Amino acid sequence: MQNTLVEQNSPPVDLKPRMSLAWVGKAFLIALSLLIVYLLGTNLAKNPSLFANIILSGLQMGFVYAMIALGYTMVYGIVKLINFAHGDVFMVGAFVSYYLVYRFNFQNWPALFFPDMPPMVVVVIGTISVIIIAMIVCVLLATTIERVAYKPLRNAPRIAALITAIGVSFFLEFFGALNFVFSPRFIPYTRPFEVVAWYIDGSGIHSIVAGTQPPANAITFSNIFLIIMIVSILVQIFLQFLVKQTKMGIAMRAVSYDKPTARLMGINVDQVISFTFAIGAAFAGLGGVLYAIAYSSINTQMGILPGLKAFVAAVLGGIGSIPGAFVGALIMGQAEALTMGFISTPMRDAVAFAILIIVLLVRPTGIFGEPENEKA
Amino acid sequence: MELGFLIGSVVKIGAILAYLYGLLWVLGHKKLWVKIVGVVAAFAIVQLAFTITIGDSTILNEFDSGLVFQAASMTMIALGLNLIYGFNGQFSLGQWGFYGIGAYTAADITFRWINGDSRGLLVVGIGSILGAVMILGIQKWLSRLRGVPVLSAFTFYLFGSVLVGAVAVVIGNALNPAISPLLGSAYEPGPLSQGIWLQIVYFLAIIFAGVFAGEVSFLFGLPVLSLGSDYFGIATLGFTIIVNTLMLNSDTILPFPEMKGGRGMIGIPKLTTWFWAFFFMLMVIIIMRNVIHSSTGRTILAVREDETAAKAMGIDLASTKLLTFVIGSFFAGIGGGVYAHYIGFLSPGTFDFLAGFNPLIIVVFGGLGSMTGTIAASFGWIFFLEGLLRVLLGQMGPDAPTWRFVLYPIVLLLLMLIRPQGLLGTVEWGFLKAPFVRPRENQHTASDVVEG
Amino acid sequence: MRAFKVFGLLMVVVMVLSACAPAAAPAAGGAAAGGEIKIAILAPLSGPVPTFGLSTKEGATLAVKEWNDKGGVLGKKIVAIVEDSQCTPDPAVNAANKVINQDKVKYIVGEVCSKASIPVSEIANEKKVVQISGTSTNPSVVRDAAGKVKPFTFVACFNDDTQGKVIAKFAKENIKAKTAFIMLDQANDYVKGLAEYFEKYFTADGGTIVGKETYTSKDTDFSTVLAKIAEAKPDVVVLPDYYNIVNLVTKQAKEKGITAPFIGGDGWDSPDLDPKAADGGFFTNHYSPTEDREKVKTFVKNYGEAYKNDKGEPKTPDALAALAYDATNILIEAISKAGEDDATKVADTIAKGKFEAVSGSITFDEFHTPIKPVTVIAVKDGKVTFNSQVMP
Repeated sequence: MQNTLVEQNSPPVDLKPRMSLAWVGKAFLIALSLLIVYLLGTNLAKNPSLFANIILSGLQMGFVYAMIALGYTMVYGIVKLINFAHGDVFMVGAFVSYYLVYRFNFQNWPALFFPDMPPMVVVVIGTISVIIIAMIVCVLLATTIERVAYKPLRNAPRIAALITAIGVSFFLEFFGALNFVFSPRFIPYTRPFEVVAWYIDGSGIHSIVAGTQPPANAITFSNIFLIIMIVSILVQIFLQFLVKQTKMGIAMRAVSYDKPTARLMGINVDQVISFTFAIGAAFAGLGGVLYAIAYSSINTQMGILPGLKAFVAAVLGGIGSIPGAFVGALIMGQAEALTMGFISTPMRDAVAFAILIIVLLVRPTGIFGEPENEKA
Repeated sequence: MELGFLIGSVVKIGAILAYLYGLLWVLGHKKLWVKIVGVVAAFAIVQLAFTITIGDSTILNEFDSGLVFQAASMTMIALGLNLIYGFNGQFSLGQWGFYGIGAYTAADITFRWINGDSRGLLVVGIGSILGAVMILGIQKWLSRLRGVPVLSAFTFYLFGSVLVGAVAVVIGNALNPAISPLLGSAYEPGPLSQGIWLQIVYFLAIIFAGVFAGEVSFLFGLPVLSLGSDYFGIATLGFTIIVNTLMLNSDTILPFPEMKGGRGMIGIPKLTTWFWAFFFMLMVIIIMRNVIHSSTGRTILAVREDETAAKAMGIDLASTKLLTFVIGSFFAGIGGGVYAHYIGFLSPGTFDFLAGFNPLIIVVFGGLGSMTGTIAASFGWIFFLEGLLRVLLGQMGPDAPTWRFVLYPIVLLLLMLIRPQGLLGTVEWGFLKAPFVRPRENQHTASDVVEG
Repeated sequence: MRAFKVFGLLMVVVMVLSACAPAAAPAAGGAAAGGEIKIAILAPLSGPVPTFGLSTKEGATLAVKEWNDKGGVLGKKIVAIVEDSQCTPDPAVNAANKVINQDKVKYIVGEVCSKASIPVSEIANEKKVVQISGTSTNPSVVRDAAGKVKPFTFVACFNDDTQGKVIAKFAKENIKAKTAFIMLDQANDYVKGLAEYFEKYFTADGGTIVGKETYTSKDTDFSTVLAKIAEAKPDVVVLPDYYNIVNLVTKQAKEKGITAPFIGGDGWDSPDLDPKAADGGFFTNHYSPTEDREKVKTFVKNYGEAYKNDKGEPKTPDALAALAYDATNILIEAISKAGEDDATKVADTIAKGKFEAVSGSITFDEFHTPIKPVTVIAVKDGKVTFNSQVMP
């Protein structure tokens, strides 16, 4: 059984002249990518507007994944914990906004105090305040989870924290599914504002009138798509700024690099970790609200799959890296949409994971990941 | 009456733990005849409890026996995972996928067999034997060339397996007409599809299912094991999801109409008896114990403790990890085969990735790196969740069963917070204790602990 | 040795838990032993489809309660034992084993999902226990691997064949559709079955299928499929899935400007169906709460009195609740008709009998599947209303 498998770094012991078989693997990969390029190319040529529509739907998914992936990547970067409960925090965010909008009609509060306010402004302010409350609830939830379930285990084996993360995730799902909490139903979500859709064809941009069908080769998009895109990019810029420019950001990077040393430098490690959880949860809550508005159906298990895919996206982009999470999420979104559009819907997850494995083989720490440093 | 059941289910958990302790103790006895007598007695006790009737039911009724079979197959799966994760340190979430592969493979073999089609057994049997030959052959060939990248090696193995698969199908189809007449049909079983022959086929089906799962794990593990620990975890989670997708589409993407995709496979003969469940469980326990306490086992442990040091000692990291992964998946495949023939119906819903956390929870619950812990936790977990909680909540009115899965994570959380190293830590009972070398006191090394 | 201490601790906890039981036991039992007939209700209260479990549980327990208010059956009180079977084979088998062996139940109502009902039906027939499922449409529930009928298992809903035929007939005659687009979830046998039978009857009648796209049950974004529908411009889109998928798809379709009506099966039926999104759609169902039949009216009234939604308003029963109610009623009525607490006789009575139920008047065919009319329901102007009753 000796030396069969590859040890790229193993010192060359010259028993025999080396024969390189690296081309076999490369040829395999190149053949695979050529096949994909061919598939996509023919479909693009066949029906460009369909192709563009599919790309757009992939983008929308990708931007939502990006918002969740940020939380995963930051938490993992600092405590090396796959926070499985993150997807459920996302779910709670969606539910909080649902109750605010459906039960209390909260998005209209500015109209109660300022009756002359134009309805457009009311909706914008109302929606933003709904989102902010959802984010605050998520932050409180996440810090509580961190305090109760993760902090006592900081010096325990890593797996113990992972199991509690799974436990917390199960708890949120099943406790939420009790009848007096969120109930297990698939609830139609009441949107705080109406979704308006447009289409682009040869003659410019038109809005879609209910009951009429846009012409055959039109590209459609909606306001929620634009909102998700803009918010996701803004969040990205904000986090980049936070991590690179602020004192807290420097502390976060220091803690992620070397905890004991960071502590010696006078950084309050526990506080930094809590802050990281809070930031991640805030954006998960934001993502949850936008997701619910976009797809307008919520239930207590809605966080599992987006959470998982966002984590895969974070790994793909290089875990610990914020631009990595963003790029990884966009790639995941495209991979899913294109597979659904042109290969086969059931194989969607298989393709996504295959991409992950291939990327990790070529770049073991992900697209934007930094090489592992040599600390024990 | 109802209170009786409740106390009964609590007593059962205690009795099972005592039973397992006794079994492991007697296996660890020095004299061979004591071991044999002890094992036979252990088998007989449960067998008798299944058959002796007191009042209007047996001592252990079918509710209990069902739980026992589920726990036995869970033991095999969890032991495999403990080998991969607890002893070798490779965080795997793919165990559930290999379990599913084993279940479907074994079920397909016996299902086809009783329906007058021997190709299942022939193709899988020939395929797994040829596959093993192919893997060993390519390995030998590649070992003479140094510095072959993973991806190239993987490509060779991949084409090798495609070739082997094709050959197996051709041979299977050629031999089938010779055997089929002896099988009869589902209505009139031929000489080979009943009695002792059916038992032999069942045995072969489960072994081949295990070997097949092991070979798939080899192909998958080869590229993926070279990733880091958590990356490996997420890739294996992907594997479980992909296997589930293939099961859901087994009649459209895969060419197995009898598996019926999402509708679930019906008509699998219920051949798992206590004898077979006990036999396979014991087999897995003994193999695993002997692997752990051999020099290979010490290599496996060394890789977990410190990869750099292990490499410096001349241990081939990649092949050690791969070997562990293959053995662990082999166990999962066997567990799947036993499960499939107990329940008689396979649905892809059983192999959903969320349920795939269960073996991991059991392994951590019982204690990473403790075989005893895993075995006890497998039984305890099933009897607690499906036995005790079901009976208990059933008493508390019609709304209570909803709370079962609210209580379960709370228990999980509490246990992890009180005892993060698992119930039994690294304690081993009787037979499973290390024969000569005393294990180290502290199992968790710097790389395993998050520094705070 | 610390391990054993923890063990001990755990055992103590378990003991304390079990000590709570005596206080709770009388609440569940009530009547003196011997004077009662136990019926087990297996419902997926947790797992992938807990809403179905809730409706089923509510429908079935309502039926039991009504019978008990009338003085029970054969002079005995009926006790319902609710078990969580999670819509998954393992827990369903455990639940069935538990109620049969531990509680000595002779009658089972449920499961909801076919994949859980199938293993339960095998145990039920082995143990000679009558099982009647409200909603499992997979033919394997009532037929074994060799295609023979299972003597002790019944279903209270029509099967995929009947329903697919009615959908096709309706699309053809009432919507006047010539082209149809099918959306289906390959992994869901219910959806797949309906889609297959629709295609069979629709094309046999001269219609054309202009496209067929799959998705998975966990999808939320259907824009890729909808983009293809927008290209194909069919007369009708067939979406025989559950309401949660229907809500997502129809809403996104409206936003894409797709005007073709959507048509589906009984999975659409739910108080959570979004009527604004599904506007213009039709679906087949077992009954309609707005139907003008005495049986339906009383059922809707009683159900609304017994169960309230989260706003405190009376709940409208969905088809799952109605079928669970029917299944339980058929079972108890058969016990009363058989005149004896004997599973074999009861199974016989069900197979031969004729039952007046909420979902119409029911007789069973040779595969223990009911023969009854199909109701077509229209979604229009934000309301779900009875459209017509079609005999297949």
